Amino acid sequence: MEKKTLLTGLRDALADGVLGAAESPDLPVLTIRPEALVLLVRTVRRDPFRLDVLLDLTCLDDPSAAGRFTVVYHFASFLTPARLRVKVPLDGDEPAVDSLTSFWPNAAWLEREVYDLFGVRFRGHPDLRRLLLHEGFEGHPLRKDYPLRRRQPRPPDEVGP
Amino acid sequence: MTTRIQGQARRESLLLNMGPSHPAMHGTIRIMLELEGERVRNAEVEIGFLHRGFEKTCENKTWFNLLPYTDRLNYVSPLLNNLGYALAVEKLLGVEAPPRARLIRVLMGELSRIADHLTCVAAMAMECGAFTVFLYSIKAREFVWEVVEAATGARMTTSFIRIGGIRADLEDGWREATARAVAETRKVLRDVRGLLDRNPIFLKRTRDIAVMSAERALAYGWTGPCLRSTGVAYDVRRAHPYLGYEDFDFEIPTGKRGDNFDRYQVRMREVEQSLRIIEQAAARLAASPPAIAAEGIDPAEAIAASRGRRERRPIRLSPNLAGSERERYAEILASGPWAVPPKEEVYTSIEGLIRHFQFFMRGHGLRPPRGEAYGAVEGGNGELGFYVVSDGTDTPARVHVRAPCFHIVAALEEMITGLYLADIIPTFGSMNMIGGELDR
Repeated sequence: MEKKTLLTGLRDALADGVLGAAESPDLPVLTIRPEALVLLVRTVRRDPFRLDVLLDLTCLDDPSAAGRFTVVYHFASFLTPARLRVKVPLDGDEPAVDSLTSFWPNAAWLEREVYDLFGVRFRGHPDLRRLLLHEGFEGHPLRKDYPLRRRQPRPPDEVGP
Repeated sequence: MTTRIQGQARRESLLLNMGPSHPAMHGTIRIMLELEGERVRNAEVEIGFLHRGFEKTCENKTWFNLLPYTDRLNYVSPLLNNLGYALAVEKLLGVEAPPRARLIRVLMGELSRIADHLTCVAAMAMECGAFTVFLYSIKAREFVWEVVEAATGARMTTSFIRIGGIRADLEDGWREATARAVAETRKVLRDVRGLLDRNPIFLKRTRDIAVMSAERALAYGWTGPCLRSTGVAYDVRRAHPYLGYEDFDFEIPTGKRGDNFDRYQVRMREVEQSLRIIEQAAARLAASPPAIAAEGIDPAEAIAASRGRRERRPIRLSPNLAGSERERYAEILASGPWAVPPKEEVYTSIEGLIRHFQFFMRGHGLRPPRGEAYGAVEGGNGELGFYVVSDGTDTPARVHVRAPCFHIVAALEEMITGLYLADIIPTFGSMNMIGGELDR
């Protein structure tokens, strides 16, 4: 599918949920409101778009922007070369967005990683815990205000079950 | 701290910890199991034991000097990691490497893929008790690594692929070394197939064990040999060709059942295809011989002479820099501010020295324009993607790695539930979990 029709089609489907659409040199990019995410996912998974693979999910932190955190999704189809990048800027001190675990099982770990490293919460995630770091880790290290060399308290000794 | 599985477990079942350090787990990963006899009733996988803050580190390095860190992602095929990162940054810059550099990248990338697949097959077979297969495969990998070592100077931490090209041209004698690696690998493939393909013990432990359907594999975002074993012929080299892969003749092997045996088979057949690509790339490289670096004068003499006048004669470089002489630059690096200035100029001219400092000083150097790019290569385990964001400075605003085995290992809990305890070993072996890229 052509990049243009993909973006135009999604713009029509989401109406005022779309904040911006652009052709970046590598992929079509769509910026949407967090409320529109689930509708977007339902739309891209169906015909005619068929972007049924959650290729990647990550987050950006830009402390200078009004909405500091932006969750970035990459959707792909493995049957056609079509790909789409969706950016969801989040507002507020406690950024949160809907979980995609009901659509893709790999979202469970991807969202846990973003929660772990950025502190973004995912509504409806069945088991939102840290993934890479240990329980009791203080702070979220990929936030820009987390110092590179900050030391952590020693985790308490674990007693076996 | 109570884990999920501890909360869910029934009172009469046995809770068992596999890992994080377990002799049959190559890599630190913890699998907590709820067992009923030898059956796995429930499983929970804990990762992150090799987390070293790769992405945070990258945000505090320059675009150029974070490259060695990418070696350590999938440490079995470091050249493919270098390549993925370089391609992503090249997308940001809008640069393309020269044709000869692209061919050398293909050659080196495919050698790495062979090393990756051989290591996976070797470890998987060894964990099933076939130690001979391990020794044979590692022997073939040695020949592959000899080629890599001659070109890059290192066996694992190569840092050979550079933004805009490669570090150096190939060493003399690469053709013979490559031919030997190809021949030896073919021999080993035949031996390994002879030992495993119809081996009843191996078949019992792999045939129809841990079956993954194509739908579930896609839902988990699987890529690479694991996805192809379920019958989906998706390969980044074919779907989104880079480095001119569309000009190479190769097949994409797929499996039918998506079980452990198919994952082994697909890897074995992919090694054969990689060997074919290597032969084609080697023939093309040999057809266009490199610029010959002239026999140069002694560096000390050149430096002494450069005090009086601009030295224009070629200079003999240290053997460590062989292949990166000034004459070869046009063939190995795209010209532009992303290329490290040739050493001859750095040593003998003030402009060269200034360019050298400008390249390596913080705040100067390589500064891609503001923007973002996602670049992906077919890594050993599947689609290895780099999502890079630039804010216009010499430090990346964000480097995110789409690690293929992250998505594959995410399915491990589901795959081993219902199996026997002993089935975990070949299942885990066939997934080729690599801690470096999984935990980052």
